[in-house]
Amino acid sequence: MNNIIEITSLQKSYGEIKAVNNISLSVNKGEMFGLVGPDGAGKTTMIRILCGLIIQKSGTVKILDKNLSQSRKEIQKNIGYLSQKFSLYGDLSVDENIEFFAEIHNVKDYFERRDELLEFSRLKSFRNRTAEKLSGGMKQKLALVCSLIHEPKILFLDEPTTGVDPVSRRDFWKILSKLLKDGITIFMSTPYLDEAERCNRVALMNAGKIIALDTPQKIKEKMDRQIIEIVCNPVRTAYRAIKKNTELEVQMFGDRINVVVENYSSELSSIKKILTENRVQITDERIIPPSLENVFMHLIKDSE
Amino acid sequence: MKTIIHIIRKEFLQFKRDPKMFGIILIAPIIQLIFLGYAATLDLNTVHTIFYDQDKTTTSRNFIEEFKSSGFFQIDHYADNYEDVQTYIEKGKSLVAIVIPKDFEKKINRRETAQLQAIFNGSDGNSASIAAGYIAAITTTFSKQIVKDFIDVSGRKISTVGKISAEARVWYNPELKTRNFMVPAIVGLLVSIVTLILTSLAVVKEKEIGTLEQLIVTPIKPLQLIIGKLVPFLILGFVSVTIVIVAMNIIFGIHVRGSVVFLFFSSFLYILSTLGLGLFVSTVSKTQQQAMMIAIFAVMMPMIYLSGFAFPVENMPTIIQYISYAIPLKYFITIIRGVILKGNGFVQHWFDATMLLAMGILILFFSALRFRKRLE
Repeated sequence: MNNIIEITSLQKSYGEIKAVNNISLSVNKGEMFGLVGPDGAGKTTMIRILCGLIIQKSGTVKILDKNLSQSRKEIQKNIGYLSQKFSLYGDLSVDENIEFFAEIHNVKDYFERRDELLEFSRLKSFRNRTAEKLSGGMKQKLALVCSLIHEPKILFLDEPTTGVDPVSRRDFWKILSKLLKDGITIFMSTPYLDEAERCNRVALMNAGKIIALDTPQKIKEKMDRQIIEIVCNPVRTAYRAIKKNTELEVQMFGDRINVVVENYSSELSSIKKILTENRVQITDERIIPPSLENVFMHLIKDSE
Repeated sequence: MKTIIHIIRKEFLQFKRDPKMFGIILIAPIIQLIFLGYAATLDLNTVHTIFYDQDKTTTSRNFIEEFKSSGFFQIDHYADNYEDVQTYIEKGKSLVAIVIPKDFEKKINRRETAQLQAIFNGSDGNSASIAAGYIAAITTTFSKQIVKDFIDVSGRKISTVGKISAEARVWYNPELKTRNFMVPAIVGLLVSIVTLILTSLAVVKEKEIGTLEQLIVTPIKPLQLIIGKLVPFLILGFVSVTIVIVAMNIIFGIHVRGSVVFLFFSSFLYILSTLGLGLFVSTVSKTQQQAMMIAIFAVMMPMIYLSGFAFPVENMPTIIQYISYAIPLKYFITIIRGVILKGNGFVQHWFDATMLLAMGILILFFSALRFRKRLE
């Protein structure tokens, strides 16, 4: 069983909106699979279907070689799920939360694993504190610990680091890489592309469809265009000017714009001309290797 | 089974952390009992009265004297004019004003019918009608006396005639105290609050904070989850029944005349319905506030009004009476009053108990079904 998760023509709609529109994909055992996409792309719906929280309209999901619709409870024994928001018992202590989740999974000798997980997540000194008194990042780490106490084979994470401080985020990722070493398969959704970059494979989701699926490296290689990065001021004017006067794709990032071009040498001069005409001051210009972000924005634009 | 025990244990751990919960469960019953026991009284012991004696004769004064000596009337004021009467009634200082017209004595002496005017503050209809009864009784006695005096004076002999005298004897509540009627019913009220409202809140809370979702992704089966969530409130329900029964005895001296075992057994039957209703409320609400509002206004209030808690069901229009047959609290209150005041048991209440059981199973079954469907 190399494919630990096997999804075939999965569909789910809410009214008119097709949240998941005919998706087929498979996840290899032991890999970290990332689901990336803008808000409302259908990432959460996907994960909720895979965890058995909602039922798809059509299509099949096989997890651990079992059909989800038939052996949901069987599968749920072997998966862990971490939702977007902190969902633990705020009035119970760190230890009690872990204990409860261990018990309902019928894990008996959880003490050692609990200590190990607490140690690793650096929550050990807070073990008697009630969960509601933890900081946001610690809460999320505790939730992760709770979803790991029964040693699941697959871990589903729905935007786990959204709203978590950078330090906790790093801790969080450290735990995840250790889990991968232990052979756990991780299926996560994230809006952050730097996180997507760390996945073995990523699927870009937009409007219920997968528009790209490969390793981050291969996805970037697929981009057959060049990117000109222009640091300029005011950025907004520059962005509008290029959009108005050319057919080129332009992306805006803070103090710079990225323009997607077929050929750098032939198009740079005309771009610069447009910018100077619109009284945009150019501080720097260079050609850059496409980032995942460039590629995704390009692909999303193409698919629309 | 073990899973259920884990959920129950977690639930109690959470109760322990929430001091408010203890207040609701332990102190609220006693406070309610005291408030309702002392305040919810429909008895009328003192009728605030004013007299406007236009006649000012021996007869009229004797008549007023009768009121004074009856013990029910407290004469606040002797008015000289109608404006005075109006002010007292309007301000609510007096419940009734009795006006004795000018030729009261003259008419009686002429053997005509003398008129008497009684003006009531009818805004409290219940008290007014009780006071009217008292006044009618005193007036009847007074006019009988006039007839007797007249016969005596005229020297005629009264031939013996048969007469009927009704000897009223009140069972179960000899002093006709409202308290004895109301206080036992509080058992029903409190059990409803503890089980129905708290259950719906506890379930919706898990929904709100997202732990319910977390639980669904575990091997827990929906039925285990439902039982694990409901049993703690069943236990709390029993605790509050016990507290109210003990407090009722200590504070008001009302003790359970019938079988305590049957009382607890029927509490159990009734709690099946309230837990079911609580579960139902949790399936239709997204937040705890919503659950609270729905539980109180859509479920509890109609249930209390139609249960005969305060207003006898027999006096309601026929249609409403039919609706009340679908109210579990009605049967439970009938049983509570029967067991506590009359010393009844299963023999007298087998029908009510059966109805509770049937409704309980029905409500719980459908709510559980709906809850399960919502989970999936």
